Amino acid sequence: MTTYTTIAEDTRPLHHPKTWVGKYVWSQDHKVIAIQYSLTAVGVGLVALVLSGLMRMQLAFPGMLEFITPDAYYQFVTMHGMIMVIYLLTALLLGGFGNYMIPLMIGARDMVFPFVNMLSYWVYLLSVIVLMASFFVPGGPTGAGWTLYPPQAITEGTPGAGWGIIMMLASLAIFIVAFTMGGLNYVTTVLQARTKGMTLMRMPCTIWGIFVATILGLLAFPALFVAAIMMTLDNTIGTSFFMPAIISGGAALDHSGGSPILFQHLFWFFGHPEVYIVALPAFGIVSDLISTHARKNIFGYRMMVWAIIIIGGLSFIVWAHHMYVSGMNPYFGFFFATSTLIIAVPTAIKVYNWVLTLWRGDIHLRVPMLFAIGFIFTFIHGGLTGLFLGNVSVDVPLSDTYFVIGHFHMVMGVSPIMVVFGAIYHWYPKITGRMWNTMLGQAHFWITFLGVYAIYLPMHYLGFLGVPRRYYEMGDTAFLPESVHDANVGITIAALTVGAAQLIFFYNLIYSYFKGPKADPNPWGATTLEWQTPDTPPAHGNWGPELPKVYRWAYDYSVPGAARDFIPQTTPPGPDEKPHEH
Amino acid sequence: MSQTTLTQNAHAATEPHSLDSLVSDWTTDQEVFKKVQWGKAMMWIFLLSDTFIFSCFLTSYMTVRASTMVAWPNPSEVFALTLFGQNIPLILIAIMTFVLISSSGTMALAVNFGYRRNRRATAALMLATALLGATFVGMQAFEWSKLISEGVRPWGNPWGAPQFGASFFMITGFHGLHVSIGVIYLTTIAIRVLNGVYDRNGKYEVVEIAGLYWHFVDLVWVFIFAFFYLW
Repeated sequence: MTTYTTIAEDTRPLHHPKTWVGKYVWSQDHKVIAIQYSLTAVGVGLVALVLSGLMRMQLAFPGMLEFITPDAYYQFVTMHGMIMVIYLLTALLLGGFGNYMIPLMIGARDMVFPFVNMLSYWVYLLSVIVLMASFFVPGGPTGAGWTLYPPQAITEGTPGAGWGIIMMLASLAIFIVAFTMGGLNYVTTVLQARTKGMTLMRMPCTIWGIFVATILGLLAFPALFVAAIMMTLDNTIGTSFFMPAIISGGAALDHSGGSPILFQHLFWFFGHPEVYIVALPAFGIVSDLISTHARKNIFGYRMMVWAIIIIGGLSFIVWAHHMYVSGMNPYFGFFFATSTLIIAVPTAIKVYNWVLTLWRGDIHLRVPMLFAIGFIFTFIHGGLTGLFLGNVSVDVPLSDTYFVIGHFHMVMGVSPIMVVFGAIYHWYPKITGRMWNTMLGQAHFWITFLGVYAIYLPMHYLGFLGVPRRYYEMGDTAFLPESVHDANVGITIAALTVGAAQLIFFYNLIYSYFKGPKADPNPWGATTLEWQTPDTPPAHGNWGPELPKVYRWAYDYSVPGAARDFIPQTTPPGPDEKPHEH
Repeated sequence: MSQTTLTQNAHAATEPHSLDSLVSDWTTDQEVFKKVQWGKAMMWIFLLSDTFIFSCFLTSYMTVRASTMVAWPNPSEVFALTLFGQNIPLILIAIMTFVLISSSGTMALAVNFGYRRNRRATAALMLATALLGATFVGMQAFEWSKLISEGVRPWGNPWGAPQFGASFFMITGFHGLHVSIGVIYLTTIAIRVLNGVYDRNGKYEVVEIAGLYWHFVDLVWVFIFAFFYLW
């Protein structure tokens, strides 16, 4: 080998804080930042969960909770959607798991620019504070629906049309700044700071998923940023980017000539890649969970990587399938339906490969594996209904019904959350050094898994009946049978049960953190680098004096002739071992 | 490790032009871009992201321009200036563009002198670049105040579609913000160069990274010039 040393081997002194505040508050350690990100995201996610419970109460028992007025209902819808998609899932999967896993899994001491990484968290926190503050401004938060379509988002009569929408747009812009600072770090770290022997094609799928998702974020969030600026200008100083000539409340507004559809294009140019910003890290993580707990190499690693890249690329040319009924040129529908259906190909490759990894594997049904297998179910389910909605002629009657709600909650709500749960159970022993309680974990899984089906399957049926989404109450609708109301009651009971069951999860995590048994440094017998750290939880700088060296891919499970059923990536090849061809 | 490297090399040798060898070049260990400093890689990625921001701005502007029902003001009349009794279309923009492009030249020279460890020349050229940038922003301020005095507002103007003023102020404002940040950025780095910070730590690539940003801001201006003023 050459004597050329890379920058990653430069043993620059890390920033070593002495005080508690320096270690845990203004920390530049990627692991602490990851936990700060995760706790903030989960905290704000709980707000969104409570909002969804309130919405369900109104749908099942209209008028029972008197404070849920129509305005409040729209505000709950909006905040629930926006928080879950951006402030919870994006922040948790990239800011949380991305931060924690990237340096550990590629053998780096930290992100390349720890200070920028720290700023990223604090700016994210600011965006969350601005968002939460919108609950307390005059008029309350915006009730424009999470897609914030103009003109209604900023016209009189929509809840929060004054302050709320501006707070929302400001919060989004701040979030994008935070994401950019973090995302630049993640991409540069993966590209330039891997340890010796860690080629791109030896990276675990988790890192591939996070890496490609971050690139998508860096290229897709700009569209939302621009849309937010333009809508803020429309709302505050009276430009007409998105506002056509319009009569509101009987009077003509001072706007003319703008294009509301332009906003939809910008929003969905961000919004569709956003689906994959959430999904790709989940795809990657679940691949590793399945491979580890089935004691088998991931089936078709190379294809899995290419599928992630191809899905990422295609996700930029499908956005207008969200707009079939928007009034855009109908000929666009043909192109976007085609590109949408093409995405099913790499996605199906991934699903087949997960299932083929399980095939004849030595499956250990530990809690993380339960969630991983649960994910395969919910994802296939949500993916297949996506094929319905991707076709223009099928989508038109189903648009804006509960079928759509059922579809996207299965595919990008429940599925990534299943992976998040699985991943938390999987890495919890490494992060805290303690083991959680298995019984509680299993109870959490089964209630959640069966519960989400009880919630979302009936929604598909409601959608076929034509129940529209976003309605505060149905009123006297002749075309809807009585059973709609019964289904709504059932869904609400299931939703509240699943929501309450999450208490088991939090109890398990918190209790185990203090009282759980000490965890083995590598309890699952995993091959990847984060399980080979000298300390558990990993110390500041991760690796002690020497960076680890990588000699093999991340999936040497059950290798014939090997002493154990896994070979860590740091184990040099034996004298007569042939390197793995993948 | 070395075994795998050998296999990869042998593989590449047998099929020098295959896609596989391209992939294996890119996917070797540690660094995708060999000997490229972290800051430089990060700046490139940031600029890619920023490209998308400006693309969205310009695409949005073109969309509203194409979809508005009212006539679009004629840029060569709006941006004409009367100099020495002659009405010259786009003259101010032409000078601004010339100034900004020239600043890219001085920046490129600064980077060159930086790698030659010529502290004074580097700092002087960077300050010259910043000065040209500040001149650009100054002329932009003049242009803004001229248009405002003629009645152009973000919500309307005397000549046609209200989206003209909205797009103009938004896009040139966002670009001007980039130039202004660049001026501060370049000045900061120039002072650090002058103080010998990079002579001590050997990281003259910081000058090049600042240069990347500056060239990007120039390049964006070329597109704004083409799409807003010449269309």
